[in-house]
Amino acid sequence: MGEKKALTGNEAVALAMKQIEPDVVAAYPITPQTDIVQYYSSYVADGKVKTEMVTVESEHSAMSATVGAAAGGARSMTATSSQGLALMWEIVYITSSARLPIVMPVVNRALSGPINIHCDHSDTMGARDSGWIQIYSESVQEAYDNMIQAVRIAEHPDVQLPVMVCQDGFITSHGLENAEILDDATVKTFVGEYKPRFTLLDPDKPVTFGALDLQNYYFEHKRAQAEAMKRSGKVILDVAREYKKLTGREYGYFEKYRLDDAEVAVVAINSTAGTAKVVVDELRQAGSKVGLLKPRVFRPFPYKEIADALKHVKVIAVMDRADSFNAFGGPVFNEIRSAMYECPAPKVISYIYGLGGRDVGTADVTKVYDHLLAINKTGKVDSLLNYLGVRE
Amino acid sequence: MSTPKIPGWKDLPAGGLILEPGNAEKYETGEWRSSRPVWDKDKCISCLFCWIYCPDGSIMVENGKVVGIDYKHCKGCGICARECPTKVKAIKMIPEGQEE
Repeated sequence: MGEKKALTGNEAVALAMKQIEPDVVAAYPITPQTDIVQYYSSYVADGKVKTEMVTVESEHSAMSATVGAAAGGARSMTATSSQGLALMWEIVYITSSARLPIVMPVVNRALSGPINIHCDHSDTMGARDSGWIQIYSESVQEAYDNMIQAVRIAEHPDVQLPVMVCQDGFITSHGLENAEILDDATVKTFVGEYKPRFTLLDPDKPVTFGALDLQNYYFEHKRAQAEAMKRSGKVILDVAREYKKLTGREYGYFEKYRLDDAEVAVVAINSTAGTAKVVVDELRQAGSKVGLLKPRVFRPFPYKEIADALKHVKVIAVMDRADSFNAFGGPVFNEIRSAMYECPAPKVISYIYGLGGRDVGTADVTKVYDHLLAINKTGKVDSLLNYLGVRE
Repeated sequence: MSTPKIPGWKDLPAGGLILEPGNAEKYETGEWRSSRPVWDKDKCISCLFCWIYCPDGSIMVENGKVVGIDYKHCKGCGICARECPTKVKAIKMIPEGQEE
C-alpha cells in the first residue's frame, strides 16, 4: 500500500511520469496541461530523473520529436490539451500507424473557436479515430493509476499502440484530492524496462520507418492496426488485474455504479461521473432505481461488454461533453446507442453538456435522471436529443 | 515463372516497417515514367555526369563507361538529359508510347 498525498491531477500525472522515468519527454506547455510539463522539467533540472527533456517550439514538434525518439527505441512521452492536440494532428495518426507505444496525458479542454481554456472533451473526442487507445479518468487517483497502467498496455507486444490518458481540465487537473501514491521502486518494477521491437539506432539490424505505402500495402497495414486495437482489450484487463494486486484498486473497461438493478441509467465519462454518483445516491435514498455507467476505455470501444452491462436498463441517457455537430447527438451517445442495437428495447437518449467548462452540478444531473424516470413512467421518449444547462 | 504471393496483413511487419535494407531495387518505379531517356552510345563520352546526378541510380555503368539505362527503375525525371554536356547531347527525353 502506498502513501496518501494531496495532489492535483497534473501533479499526480507528473509524479507518475517521474516514477516511470521515460527516456525522452518532448513537450510544449498549453493550458491546462502546463503544470505537467512544468513539474516534469523541474524533475529534470533537479536531477531527479535522467530523462532527456526536449523543449520544442510547438506541439507539432513535440509529437514529432516524441515519434523520433520512440522510433529510436526510447520510452517516450509528451502531454497536451485542446489546441495542442489539434496542432499535433498529422503526427498523432503517424504515431499509431507506426505502432509507437507513446503514452500521452491529455488534459481535456474545449477546442477553439470561440477560444476557451476550460473543460470539455472536444479535443480527445475529435481524436477518437486516430488509432490511439483512449483511457478516461474520473479523479486524480484514476489519472495517476491510468498513467502507470498505460505504459504496460502501450508497450505490450500484442498491442504496440500509443495511449492517451485523459482527465478533465481544471476540474481534475487543478483540483486537489487525496490520492494514494505507490513508491518509486514499485512503479519501476511494474512498468519494467522498455525493450523496443525495432530501433533506428541499431546498425546491425537496420530498419525503415515511415516508408511510402501505396495501393497494394496500405490497406493491409491499416487492417493490422485495427487488429492491434482489438487485441489491446484483453491486455487492458490483464494489466488492470495485475495493478489491482498491487493497489487493491479495481479497473476495467468501465465502472458500474449501482447499475445492476437500475431501471434508468446515465452514461458519463471523467469527472461528471463523480457528480452523477452523488445524484444516484440521493435518488436511491428517495426510492428510485437509478444507476451509472462510467466508461474508462473509449478506444478500443468495448461494445459487447457495455451492451451487456446496460441491457437490463429501460431508459439510458448518454452524456457527451462534446458535440458531433452531426444533428444526431454526441460521439459517446452514437456509439453506445449503436452497441445497444442488439438488446431488447432500451431507450437511449442524448444529452450534450458542459461545453467550454460550463459547470455541471448535482442539480443539473438530477434533471437528466428526472427526465429518464419520466420516460420510464410514460414509456414515451418525448425528446431524444437534448442540451443540458444551456440558456435558451 | 510463377508470380510471388503478396503477403496478407497477418504476415507483414507491424507499422509499415521495412526490415530489409537496400530493398529499393525490388520496387520497380519504372512504371511511373511518362517520358523516357534515350541514350546514344555513339555520342556518349562517359563523363558520368548523368550517373552522378541520377537520383535513382538508373544509369548503368561498367568499367567506368556508361552502358545503358535501367528502365525498371528510371522514373523519367530527365535530369540525366539536362546534365548531359551541351556539346555531347547523348541523352534525349522521348514521351512514352512515342517511337524514337
